[in-house]
Amino acid sequence: MKRYVLVRALYSVVTLWLLVTIIFGLVRLTGDPVAMKAEAGADPAYVAQLRHSWGLDQPLHRQYLGFVSRLLRGDFGHSFEKSLPVRDIYFERLPNSLKLGFAAFLFSLALGVPFGMLSALKVNSWWDSAGKMVALLGLSMPGFFVGLVLIIIFGIQLGWLPVLGKGPSAVVLGEPSTWITFWFRDWAHLVMPAFALGWYFSGAMLRITRSGMLDVLGSDYIKLVRLKGVPESVVVAKHALKNSLIPVLTFAGLNLLVMVNVAIVIEVIFNWPGVGQLLYDALSNRDFPMVQGVVLMSGLLIVVLNFTIDVLYGYVDPRIRLSR
Amino acid sequence: MAPLLLVEDLRTYYVGFGGTRVVKAVDGVSFSVEAGETFGLVGESGCGKTTTCHAIVRLLAPSARIVSGRIELEGEDLVPKSQGEMRRIRGRRIATILQDPMASLDPLFSIYDQVAEPAYYHQGLRGRSLRVRVKQLLDAVRIPSPELRMKDYPHQMSGGMRQRIVGAIAQAGGPRIIIADEPTTNLDVTIQLQYLNLLKDLQRATGVALIFVTHNLGIVAKMCDRVGVMYAGKIVEMQSVRGLFYRPRHPYTRALLDSIPKLGVREALCGIPGQPPDLADLPRGCSFHPRCPRAVDRCLDEEPKSHALNGDGSVRCWLPIGEPAANG
Ligand SMILES: Nc1ncnc2c1ncn2[C@@H]1O[C@H](COP(=O)(O)OP(=O)(O)O)[C@@H](O)[C@H]1O
Ligand SMILES: [Mg+2]
Repeated sequence: MKRYVLVRALYSVVTLWLLVTIIFGLVRLTGDPVAMKAEAGADPAYVAQLRHSWGLDQPLHRQYLGFVSRLLRGDFGHSFEKSLPVRDIYFERLPNSLKLGFAAFLFSLALGVPFGMLSALKVNSWWDSAGKMVALLGLSMPGFFVGLVLIIIFGIQLGWLPVLGKGPSAVVLGEPSTWITFWFRDWAHLVMPAFALGWYFSGAMLRITRSGMLDVLGSDYIKLVRLKGVPESVVVAKHALKNSLIPVLTFAGLNLLVMVNVAIVIEVIFNWPGVGQLLYDALSNRDFPMVQGVVLMSGLLIVVLNFTIDVLYGYVDPRIRLSR
Repeated sequence: MAPLLLVEDLRTYYVGFGGTRVVKAVDGVSFSVEAGETFGLVGESGCGKTTTCHAIVRLLAPSARIVSGRIELEGEDLVPKSQGEMRRIRGRRIATILQDPMASLDPLFSIYDQVAEPAYYHQGLRGRSLRVRVKQLLDAVRIPSPELRMKDYPHQMSGGMRQRIVGAIAQAGGPRIIIADEPTTNLDVTIQLQYLNLLKDLQRATGVALIFVTHNLGIVAKMCDRVGVMYAGKIVEMQSVRGLFYRPRHPYTRALLDSIPKLGVREALCGIPGQPPDLADLPRGCSFHPRCPRAVDRCLDEEPKSHALNGDGSVRCWLPIGEPAANG
């Protein structure tokens, strides 16, 4: 187990380093931010000064080394656009994304897992066909389309739900009480974007749960449990569930992060002030440090979660837990 | 007295493609098993042995139908029983050993958990007495230091050891009969003999009856009292082991015996010429006739009925070996 954890940790570190390098190169392919900020015909001295203050006049390897060494100290740099530390801006937006991501995640789990199980347990029945339909709709109807339809029906025609924004409640860092109101107030603002975002993932969850459960139900060891005369409810709830949930949870955990981090389209449509929208704005403005910061924070979260899932996986599975 | 298990004219078909394709995997099988005896079921792979076993415990694939027949356990017909009723019979009165020990155990539960289940559900054992029982079961299948090993997980054990665990699980509910479906096919040759001896010892100790499925006639000779030879969903010959080896009556049995490699004889191995038939599209008449060296005209049109041999057993053939051709 110790060895397993060490190897996983090593993988995580290498992944992060690759991500740092790739994103550093990629943002620089998007164009020159100075040219964007300074109007054509602007004072060359001003342009040079801007370039210098953003550190873009240095050779590329210098920029890279500076970037990495600052990262190691936890410094993501300052936003070109807002002249504030990237970290502060990011953490101000993160709670909004977490709120939306969690709500969408719960929605996709609540719809995907039970219906996936049901489809597998009653394979080829009416339930299964309905499940297939829902999954297909989920996978083929893009979230932004669902979002727009929702806005038109519930926001504009019926007028039941607010269309834009996240509502007034906000988190004050260092004040835990504000978190509670933040999570539970303004739920009406949350319903439509969470549904639109969770929509796609619930279809995917359903498929994964169904196929995982079917694999397990068809296995010899489940057959032997049945041959022992164990009640069917125990066969399903104890043996089949435990074996089929491992891949489902791995997938779900990654989905959660994807939903928190890259809900760009949904956030833009619903004007939801999360990190997805932040990234969208930063890209439009060629705000290099901001783009790098958002992508790296997302990457960091994904790598850390992946690592955690791997370790948990190890605890559930005795084949890994009992290894050295 | 009624036999322990009586299977009469059992037919189990797999129905696929909206009923257009019917695989007659078990097509009129009859046999009986007395308490404490070992009944062998031999035949090439695909002839319906596994389907017969699963039909007896009523745990068939969703596409399978028991079309007709009776399965009597101690005089009680199992075919009309509900799955709930069958659950109380599986593991408690009929236990099963599957072919592949590497796949038969749940990887996420300890040996203790898995061996304890039948005793927990069928004998109501709990706590200390359950532990004692599990230890005793593992002892009986010769797992060294069972107190320690029962905390282990399947992946920590070899194939032979796992199959012994499956044997312990089969014993755990105190069954009257164990169905062993090719239990040694996936074991190393050196371990096979050990396992067969273990089964014999368990049988001697508990008086449990065995249905022993195999495609290996050598194992039949070692393990069984009586044998049914299966071909294309039917039992074509049934005899005592002695009778079968010394005086086979069906040409298929003869061919099977001839295909056993003999020690010290340097002749080409003769398999059985031809292919087993497609169970969804059986030939007219006797299913074996395309491969049969003795086939006559009648075999092409008319399906032979099973008829009793004098003494013991039965054969399904128009022209059994060692009988004058006149009866056709
Ligand atoms: N689930 C299934 N669906 C359709 N046909 C099956 C199924 N399982 C087995 N069969 C067919 O039934 C026949 C008998 O199979 P089986 O009972 O497994 O034979 P054996 O155990 O003697 O090898 C084979 O022709 C096989 O192809
Ligand atoms: Mg088989």
